Amino acid sequence: MTAATSAAPTDRLDTFPRLLLEHARVRGARPAVREKDLGIWQSWTWAEAAREVRAIACGLAELGFKRGDRLGIIGDNRPRLYWSMCAAQMLGGIPVPMYQDAVALEMTFVLQDAGIHIAIVEDQEQVDKLLEVREQCPELRHIVYDDPRGLRHYTQAFLHGLDEVVAAGAIHDANQPDFLDQEIAQGRPDDIAIMLYTSGTTGKPKGVCQTHHALISAARGGCGFDGLGEADEVLSYLPMAWVGDNLFSYAQALVAGFTINCPESGDTVMTDLREIGPTCYFAPPRVFENLLTQVMIRMEDAGALKRRMFHYFMGVAKRCGAGILDGKPVPAADRLLYALGKLLVFGPLKNVLGMSRIRVAYTAGAAIGPDLFRFYRSIGINLKQLYGQTETCAYVCLQPDRQIKFDSVGLPAPGVEIKVADNGEILVKGPMLLKEYYRRPDATAESINADGYFMTGDAGFLDEDGHLKIIDRAKDVGKLGNGAMFAPNYIENKLKFFAHIKEAVAFGHDRDMVCAFINIDMGAVGNWAERRGIPYAGYTDLAAKPEVYQLIQECVEQVNAELAHDAMVADTQVHRFLILHKELDPDDDELTRTRKVRRNFISEKYAVLIDALYGGKASQFIETEVKFEDGRKGKVAADLVIRDVKTFPVTQVNLGRAA
Amino acid sequence: MARQIGEVILDLRNISLSFGGVKALTDISFDVREHEIRAIIGPNGAGKSSMLNVINGVYHPQQGEIVFRGEHRKDMDTHAMAAAGIARTFQNIALFKGMSVLDNLMAGRNLKMKCSFLQHALWWGPARREELAHRRKVEEVIDFLEIEHIRKTPVGRLPYGLQKRVELGRALAAEPSMLLLDEPMAGMNVEEKQDMCRFILDVNDQFGTTIVLIEHDMGVVMDISDRVVVLDYGRKIGDGAPDDVKNNPEVIAAYLGTQH
Repeated sequence: MTAATSAAPTDRLDTFPRLLLEHARVRGARPAVREKDLGIWQSWTWAEAAREVRAIACGLAELGFKRGDRLGIIGDNRPRLYWSMCAAQMLGGIPVPMYQDAVALEMTFVLQDAGIHIAIVEDQEQVDKLLEVREQCPELRHIVYDDPRGLRHYTQAFLHGLDEVVAAGAIHDANQPDFLDQEIAQGRPDDIAIMLYTSGTTGKPKGVCQTHHALISAARGGCGFDGLGEADEVLSYLPMAWVGDNLFSYAQALVAGFTINCPESGDTVMTDLREIGPTCYFAPPRVFENLLTQVMIRMEDAGALKRRMFHYFMGVAKRCGAGILDGKPVPAADRLLYALGKLLVFGPLKNVLGMSRIRVAYTAGAAIGPDLFRFYRSIGINLKQLYGQTETCAYVCLQPDRQIKFDSVGLPAPGVEIKVADNGEILVKGPMLLKEYYRRPDATAESINADGYFMTGDAGFLDEDGHLKIIDRAKDVGKLGNGAMFAPNYIENKLKFFAHIKEAVAFGHDRDMVCAFINIDMGAVGNWAERRGIPYAGYTDLAAKPEVYQLIQECVEQVNAELAHDAMVADTQVHRFLILHKELDPDDDELTRTRKVRRNFISEKYAVLIDALYGGKASQFIETEVKFEDGRKGKVAADLVIRDVKTFPVTQVNLGRAA
Repeated sequence: MARQIGEVILDLRNISLSFGGVKALTDISFDVREHEIRAIIGPNGAGKSSMLNVINGVYHPQQGEIVFRGEHRKDMDTHAMAAAGIARTFQNIALFKGMSVLDNLMAGRNLKMKCSFLQHALWWGPARREELAHRRKVEEVIDFLEIEHIRKTPVGRLPYGLQKRVELGRALAAEPSMLLLDEPMAGMNVEEKQDMCRFILDVNDQFGTTIVLIEHDMGVVMDISDRVVVLDYGRKIGDGAPDDVKNNPEVIAAYLGTQH
């Protein structure tokens, strides 16, 4: 396992193509990639994968792809798209994966900025998008598609099926058999391995250039830290354009030699997860949140006996589950109860979630609510938070086994140096740092200081054990009118932990109180309304129901009660709130593609509502334009009710370590 | 479109059908060409479904002649027609509600199964190989219709629009050369209709399947059909390309109820 990896001459295995060939040599018969196709898990061994990559590389060379060129990659997690990434790297090129659900217009920016000549895309949907914006991207010379379905009548000469490209490559390979090996030999560890575009929470997206060395260092560090080896299994279902998928499904797989599994489609991920039973699982907090919401909804529909059993044993798990996982002393009676709970509840539950075999699960991308985090750990899933950015290969902090703190992101990862600046901003340095932002020396200079530290833009501090605690985005942390610290994310996360609240936006900087926008969770609240016989027609209608307002008000009051426990944040209790008439949506630019709230945009777009919140009004009319998935536009209008919420006096002066 | 419309494969000549004193169809003649999408439209009670039922042999017309692929017949026979490659869907979904999508689709292939009941019960040797081969075909249909995520879901639990899609899948599983669709888009919302249109066009385009469909949504009919036949009170009042039919005064009268 890991021994084999470390025994290999790691000094020469310094680019991804070389790692691939090494795996083909050492563990050629072990599965490298699986994909569910036509209902069956198809698998490719490392030797087969290496052959496929070489074939695609030859095809790309035949199309005119050269050292330093950028290769656009758009689609769901498909084996051939991962192989295309490696193929581009074989030729010394730079793959640029893009978010597959982005609308055509958003792709234009990346296509133009990266100067992409060739793009490999999954299917007709993506081809159509590129054809739509081709006028604006004259540099895009070839579009290659993986799945030919529906493309039979597309006659454009610059459109090619990947199979044709591979066939043409075979001729190229026959004519110049040494070409590819020479190209691989020319690769250097400080070549740029990949360009990932930042989500653009602030301004235009920037192309983050990561070298082979940076990614491989991060992957090696991570695999070593949690003992990942060739026997591990990962489900690759997160967008390929996201740094997390790149690290876990690509870099770590190529470093440790484990198997990646591509789901059948976006809709089947839950089933595929259950069938594969990965040993290592990566998901943003949102996914864990949704899973828990679904479990809770289904438990409410379950029979009385099951429900009572569930709640009883969840109580046991809450009391001692995390302690058992961390190897702390736990009374024998509790251990016995927990074992019984494992048999009756936790085991079956983990099985339903597809998490029976998980040795380690990670979450990152946003802060995870402590209660949510505790829930998974308490049922015996070794869930860890990890902290990092696109610019740091998602590799800054890791939580060591048995030293998990709910409110920190762990210790600096091996090889990483962390410093906290005077203004509270976290600075990091290490081999995993970005080389540069593509064609943006100004941005590069702005984000890396004179001492070579990358400025993360996050505010936090190191606690007495050296664990890093993140409070919020440095620029988001504000002050209330009375000077108290206001960390909007902190409050929003507390609100979002309720299954009924999907999204929240808190306001309060330079104001004398905190107010919030709420998005209800259509699934959870819809189910809740159904069981109470409350009729509704769509989101806007449901969100405006007085019963729903009452439900959300109770949630907000509970958050206020929690905030009152902690002197640091007691002043930031939510005084007034409203439920938005539409769901915040990346298509309307309100969220980023990674579903982070775009705070400034929202406060400008909904300025009327904010004025109403602070102006003491009881309701406010608003009409908003929305974009549908097919690009059409429509309008949603509503008279939004604003509610006052009970606030609590500071009950206890401690540092939020209650529970 | 690369699809070439071919010869007449189904020719209905002077068909009349009555139930006791009720004349459902009176002296109707029209033909269907290979690879085309042929729509039958008309107001409620015009005889559209009866026409479809005559084509696949559920009803036996009292008068007239049917020529199917060169063979002259007085009426059709359901089993023979299914074996000859005609599959259909129904106005009111006809699926096994308690069975999974996968099992429903497998049922669509029962005519193609050659092994005996006993062999299948033992699931041994040839029966097993046969089932695996059929399963592969069914999986192709599942992939085609993008219903992977509901493969194992009982049909009764699915929303209406998806059930309609599953029914199309059940018909497709038989690998038909002609598909009869009875109101494939009834009761669907706009998005579901768009999806269904796309699937119908894709089936026609990719497999060259001839499609005869009944539909109420005029927009859909005019968009996707090659030729349209219009019935009213059991009589044919129009036949031709969508644009011709649209401008036919008799058709307009039938739909808008103008005085003659």
